Amino acid sequence: MFDGWLLSLIIWLPILGGAAVLAIGRRSEAAVRQVATGFAGVTFLLSLALWFAFEPGGGMQFVEKRAWVPTFDIHYHLGVDGISMPLVVLTAFATLLVVIAGRTGIQYRPAQYMGAFLIMEGLMIGVFAALDAILFYVFWEAMLVPMFLLIGIWGGANRIYATIKFFLYTFLGSVLMLIAFLYLRAQAGSFGILDFHGLAIGLEAQILIFLALLAAFAVKVPMWPVHTWLPDAHTEAPTGGSVILAAITLKMGAYGFLRFALPITPEASQELAWLVIAMSLIAIVYIGLVAMVQEDMKRLIAYSSIAHMGFATLGFFVIFQAGLGADAGDGALMAMTGGYVQLISHGFISAALFLCVGVLYDRMHTRNIADYGGVVNRMPIFGAFFVVFAMANAGLPGTSGFVGEFLVILGSFQASFWYALIAGLTLIVGAAYSLWLVKRVVFGPVGNDRVAALQDLDGREFGLLAVLALLVLGLGLYPQALIGMAEPTLVELMNDVSAALSAAR
Amino acid sequence: MSFEMPQFSLALPEMWLLAATCGVLLVDLFSRDPQRTLTFYLTQFSLLVTAAIALGSHWGIAEITFSGHYVADSLSGVLKAAVALLAALALAYTRPYLRPRGLLQGEFYLLALFATQGMLVIASGGSLLSLYMGLELLSLSLYALVAYHRDSRQAAEAAMKYFVLGALASGILLYGMSMVYGATASLELARIAEVAAQTDDPLLLLFGMTFMLVGVAFKLGAAPFHAWVPDVYQGAPTPVTLFLSTAPKVAAVALFLRLLVDGLGPLHDQLQPMLLLLAVVSLLLGNLAAIVQTNFKRLLAYSAIAHAGFIMVGFSAGTDAGHAAALFYTIAYGIMAAAAFGLLTVLSRSGFEAEEIADLRGLNERHPVYAGVLLLVMVSMTGIPGTIGFYAKYLVLKSAVEAGLIPLAILAVVAAVIGAFYYLRVLKVAYFDRPAEGEQSAELPRPGASAAVRGVLLVNGAAVLVLGIFPERLIALCQAALGL
Repeated sequence: MFDGWLLSLIIWLPILGGAAVLAIGRRSEAAVRQVATGFAGVTFLLSLALWFAFEPGGGMQFVEKRAWVPTFDIHYHLGVDGISMPLVVLTAFATLLVVIAGRTGIQYRPAQYMGAFLIMEGLMIGVFAALDAILFYVFWEAMLVPMFLLIGIWGGANRIYATIKFFLYTFLGSVLMLIAFLYLRAQAGSFGILDFHGLAIGLEAQILIFLALLAAFAVKVPMWPVHTWLPDAHTEAPTGGSVILAAITLKMGAYGFLRFALPITPEASQELAWLVIAMSLIAIVYIGLVAMVQEDMKRLIAYSSIAHMGFATLGFFVIFQAGLGADAGDGALMAMTGGYVQLISHGFISAALFLCVGVLYDRMHTRNIADYGGVVNRMPIFGAFFVVFAMANAGLPGTSGFVGEFLVILGSFQASFWYALIAGLTLIVGAAYSLWLVKRVVFGPVGNDRVAALQDLDGREFGLLAVLALLVLGLGLYPQALIGMAEPTLVELMNDVSAALSAAR
Repeated sequence: MSFEMPQFSLALPEMWLLAATCGVLLVDLFSRDPQRTLTFYLTQFSLLVTAAIALGSHWGIAEITFSGHYVADSLSGVLKAAVALLAALALAYTRPYLRPRGLLQGEFYLLALFATQGMLVIASGGSLLSLYMGLELLSLSLYALVAYHRDSRQAAEAAMKYFVLGALASGILLYGMSMVYGATASLELARIAEVAAQTDDPLLLLFGMTFMLVGVAFKLGAAPFHAWVPDVYQGAPTPVTLFLSTAPKVAAVALFLRLLVDGLGPLHDQLQPMLLLLAVVSLLLGNLAAIVQTNFKRLLAYSAIAHAGFIMVGFSAGTDAGHAAALFYTIAYGIMAAAAFGLLTVLSRSGFEAEEIADLRGLNERHPVYAGVLLLVMVSMTGIPGTIGFYAKYLVLKSAVEAGLIPLAILAVVAAVIGAFYYLRVLKVAYFDRPAEGEQSAELPRPGASAAVRGVLLVNGAAVLVLGIFPERLIALCQAALGL
């Protein structure tokens, strides 16, 4: 029913909306906010249609294929499977949140702010929906530009350093990916991503391709040691920018591993899995410790994001040692599914935490933990939400944060006791930095006069945080809703990978 | 050599433009209009008709006439159309800048027309003689254009440098040509190619080729023959810089394609190392030197050197695809450069030259639309997809990877990342820096340009985007021109 146009509509509607908002410009701020909310809302509703019309395990759906640059065999080829569809919905959801949250607070040039978010929404959905390597690359790179402007124009004091660093880091990673695509094109005779899958390439070439892809995706995830752009970008970005960065942009890197690295270069992935696993474990433990000593709330959450994304990449690559293949147990499947759930769950939790910080920042104009204390005395409702999200961040059972981390730890236990032990340390470290943050900001006596003057959440803020809290708890209590969508595709992916590996042997 | 009656009809683009130039000359002589409206529009009309005639009469044929001196093929058709259209685009920006500075005279447009004529001749050059003739016609007109603002010391200095170095480069080119003539006993490129393909001892030809390459690299502004570029770009009046950075680039590519591909193509294996060197040095030097510039015109000059490096990457591949990529790159660069310098002419007012990067400060605050154009152009020059600059880089890289030059391709993308830094710095100034205190937007005079010129700028900016999303036609045209 929706084949052939729905995905295009979801991509281009927000871009058109962004253009419309830019065209309104400074004429009417009220109109800007309403039009932007309208476009983001309609896009989100359309993406829900995607969710409900989706058939789990039905391969690529809502496919759309047209010639784009026939000279080079580049197609406008869209489609989603169980891996990408939830991410599309998440993108539309996060953008709607951000647009609503930005209705107040952003005073400088709201039209450009909203326009940038809407255009970026379309581009990010394009990244998840593209089935042509060049189309993917186009969306992947083009979304840097609005993000560059968002951080640079509306960011904090050190925004210019942060945004240029963000742009250059990610740009360098992705150009290497482009060269890998060109090489793959020569091998596969087409730019179709699905045609790249299962291509017979020698191990040596696979390793080079894998490294090029790793450069692009590891920067985006970001993995230790190429994570250093993220704390700067997150900290300096406006609240909305941080939310999108954490909830969506980081997922693009992880998605890249699932869509490109594993199926295109299975042997190299197996060969270099130790590298990715090591980088992930370091991220989980070391970055967790780094998070603990931060004095800036956003920086703390940014570091915790890196640690949490480490779980996702750990889950994706530990499969090679956790018994991939038909005969083994379900360790690999648990790790893979856990990593995937972690993506979505982290999208909700980090978005919620950044919104919480945004709530405080709008009132106090400081992100320093030391400037707060006893907020709960003046903002009890906010305090409750903040505690819920911090608990979810620490991986408390019953919240979505628990599901992903627990599955990954279980899965990696089958690979090696030590992986599970190191990864399990996060339950301690994560709880430590999350709870300590709560203690210092929310609890205790009222810290100073400015805290004493705080007002509790208004209706809009309450609505946003309530929806997120419901999602975090909902996903924690009934993860099957998400797993049911994604698992058939993940199983298929793992079967393909193990088939390719046994064929190579 | 037997005498044959030339087929004059093939040279229709040149004949039309020459006649039209004479017409413009006469009309301008009797015009007292200080705005030079008639001269301007006649010039534009002549150029547009030239483009149409060139594509119409040369497309799909492959004829050689005028005793081998003149080639009419699809390539010449596309080159001429590109030259004429880019020249028309460049000239469209000129009037509002020239007028308040007392530079708006008919001669400006006549010189530009003569330069275009020279470029047309190069595009159809079938022999060393006609190529050299076209090149000199182009160069002399450009020297005069650079010196056009005669009260400006900077312009005079730039013209002097350009002239001295340009004359030297022409001399070296001519020297190389003489060696090639000595080795092959022919001026005709087709004959030279035959001899080059058969010879066992190409030493003399190689010497000739090296010297000719120097001449071509000079015209293209590729390092290490780039020394004139920054000074001339900065010193010349902005409309002249604008003109210089568009059509003559295409002419330089035409010169390369005729001399070193049509003529000495069989020696590509020996040529390739030199091209690689030019590419690597241009990419590194252009991008690194651009980082420290504070003058926007000078920054664009170094960026032009880096872009010349990318064009050289296409040439290094040595395949038809590589040459088509280089051609596409040059046309794309012309469109981007026209928008960048066009923006400067629009932002300049009488008594105020917008040319420092700092002059762009707070542009988004004052003129969000111009800031948007600047954003598109800078992003496109960086090579971000969605703009024409991406496909330009893509084509070049693809041809390099297919020719097995993967290390060169990797170096080129790393250079592109370095380049991203200074383009971002310009955007930073325009978007992130607020205008200086006391410089409220209401107090600033409006940009001096008329609505029509501002419209041209918007269309030009939109072209960067639209051609980046729908590049198919232009790519197909460039490839068909090379017979792909």
